[in-house]
Amino acid sequence: MVKYIIKRLLLSIVILLGVSLILYCLVRLMPVNYLEQKLAASLGSSGGDISYEEKLKEMMAYYGLDGSIMQGYWDWLVKFVQGDFGTSWKYNRPVETVIFENMGVSFSISLVSLVLQLAIAIPLGVKCACNQYGKLDYFATVLTMIGISFPTFFLGSILIKVFAIDLGWFEVGNIHSNLPVTATAFEEFIDMLWHLVLPVFLLTVLSIGSWLRYTRTNTLEVLNADYIRTARAKGLSEHSVVYKHVFRNTLIPLVTLLAGTLPSLFGGAMITETVFDIPGIGNIAYKAMLEGDIPFIMGYNMFIAVLTVIGILLTDIMYAVVDPRVKLGD
Amino acid sequence: MKEKKDVLNEVPEDVSSTEDLHGENLNDRVRVLSPGMMVAKRFFRSKLSVIGLLILVFLFVFSFLGPVFSPWAENGTPIKDYDNRKEIILPARIDYITEDGETYIAYDITVEMPEWNKRGDISSTHLLGTDDAGYDLFTNLMLGGRISLTIGFVVILLETLIGVILGGLAGYFGGWVDMLVMRVVDVISCIPNLPIMLILSATLNSLGILDISRLYYLMIVLTLLGWGGIARLVRGQILSLREQEFMLAAKCSGLSTGRKIFRHLLPNVMPQLIVSMTMGLGSIILMEATLGYLGLGAPLGTPTWGAMISTAAKLEYLSGYPNFWVPPGICITLAILAFNFVGDGLRDAFDPKMKR
Repeated sequence: MVKYIIKRLLLSIVILLGVSLILYCLVRLMPVNYLEQKLAASLGSSGGDISYEEKLKEMMAYYGLDGSIMQGYWDWLVKFVQGDFGTSWKYNRPVETVIFENMGVSFSISLVSLVLQLAIAIPLGVKCACNQYGKLDYFATVLTMIGISFPTFFLGSILIKVFAIDLGWFEVGNIHSNLPVTATAFEEFIDMLWHLVLPVFLLTVLSIGSWLRYTRTNTLEVLNADYIRTARAKGLSEHSVVYKHVFRNTLIPLVTLLAGTLPSLFGGAMITETVFDIPGIGNIAYKAMLEGDIPFIMGYNMFIAVLTVIGILLTDIMYAVVDPRVKLGD
Repeated sequence: MKEKKDVLNEVPEDVSSTEDLHGENLNDRVRVLSPGMMVAKRFFRSKLSVIGLLILVFLFVFSFLGPVFSPWAENGTPIKDYDNRKEIILPARIDYITEDGETYIAYDITVEMPEWNKRGDISSTHLLGTDDAGYDLFTNLMLGGRISLTIGFVVILLETLIGVILGGLAGYFGGWVDMLVMRVVDVISCIPNLPIMLILSATLNSLGILDISRLYYLMIVLTLLGWGGIARLVRGQILSLREQEFMLAAKCSGLSTGRKIFRHLLPNVMPQLIVSMTMGLGSIILMEATLGYLGLGAPLGTPTWGAMISTAAKLEYLSGYPNFWVPPGICITLAILAFNFVGDGLRDAFDPKMKR
């Protein structure tokens, strides 16, 4: 087990090196540097040409952009390993600070949505499997399929149009409305919750389908297992068969899947946040990427890649933890 | 299946010959179903798959044949409507305060007479109205479908080509080839897709690539990001298939490696491959549309479903002109839904262990 984990960790490092190299090369393909625009804006294009060029050179050297791509990559890598993510050009603060400051909103939206998804999908999935090809099963399958097929931005736009613009129930944009100064902390909290209703609803509708289908197929498999026949044969009530024996065994693979939600939990939902203009990490990253903010792009994407690698590793380990029959390692 | 078995029990041992039996040809009495026909039968038994297939046929006819009959398109190029133009009233609110401190709300109304039919209403000539540049939205919807669906098919075919070759090699040879290919697949699957596309679009913008060639870059990158899943699938299947007896037989017959991989192993992977291609089509169309929504996909002026729906990002269109963004949104959703239905139906039809 320990040997397996160490082997996988070493492999993860190789993968992350590959990811970072590809990312860095891609980012460096951009010829027009945000840096140049930024300098032009701050110095004014009318300034003396020599001083402008000199300043530019200085900045380029500072960010390691003057040398070759490999040299720049190496410099970035050394800094990254030491925990220095660099300073975001757009936000003018250390990348890690920007990421962690804006992660809260994204994390709470994703977490609430995940809890909702599981709370609805698991009981419904078990119920669908118990009445396979029944009316409920058919209905749930079609509805979740439609949910999976909706593009995030389209459903989001419809929600905004219907519930925020036409009906006026919600406000869109940011997570606070202009409350009077006298508003208490509780009122502010309620106000924030109100702003997050639509995004959470959107995320839940879009991803509930995959959980439901997974629960359903799993339950079907468990229902066909021998020990369920034994449970029925020894005269247990159907209720106790389903909720004691089937249900618990259905949860095993679901627990392992939970580890895979790590990147989406912490990394933010880029499109949802952009559609609703929530200042979460996804939205922040989207804006930074459009402007070619190299330190932030590298920092954020590596953050996501690390989360993904950890998520995959955790999924495999959890599999062995919850199911002792699974042996890890080659 | 059942009929065939019953009849087979009655006939003498020599079933393979089709000579006359009780004066009848065996072929007339026995309905022999090829594996492909059995799959088709099981596929068409499911209502959802048939619905999915019908939606797909409709979307294809709509986007590839539709523009031919539209008066607002010629040879696949949309035509501007200069005739039915109308005045556009743009009210601008001005609040002004008079000397005695009272606030009045006034509207400064500008009447603009555009050269073409700008943001035309829904009418019998324009089923969905016209856009800012005077193009018919209904025709654009059909033309957009052409591009979106074509991108989907080109990308999935390229992905399958790369995935099958590399996955096949990895699964067949194992060892360092397998190690190398699978590590590359691991790296690709850990790269966040959407950010990569965003960076690429920013790069294309900064390079000044704003014409139709953007679409080619888009397709290349979508392919490069997507082949990993197919390679993994092919490799996994071939790993288990190559240990089976028919491969031993192939080896004993002295077949060449290429023939063994492409004639004997790959056809066995086809079912899973077709299912994953169908499902993949939906996700590629979604990716293209997402980029379009973010304003990064197709070049300006090229109608694609994604580009058309990007108008929803502006509040003005979102609230005032649902005819701009709702129809392409519905088309995208329908296409993805249909590919999912068909993919699901195919998986059930191919799966011999299906319990029903």
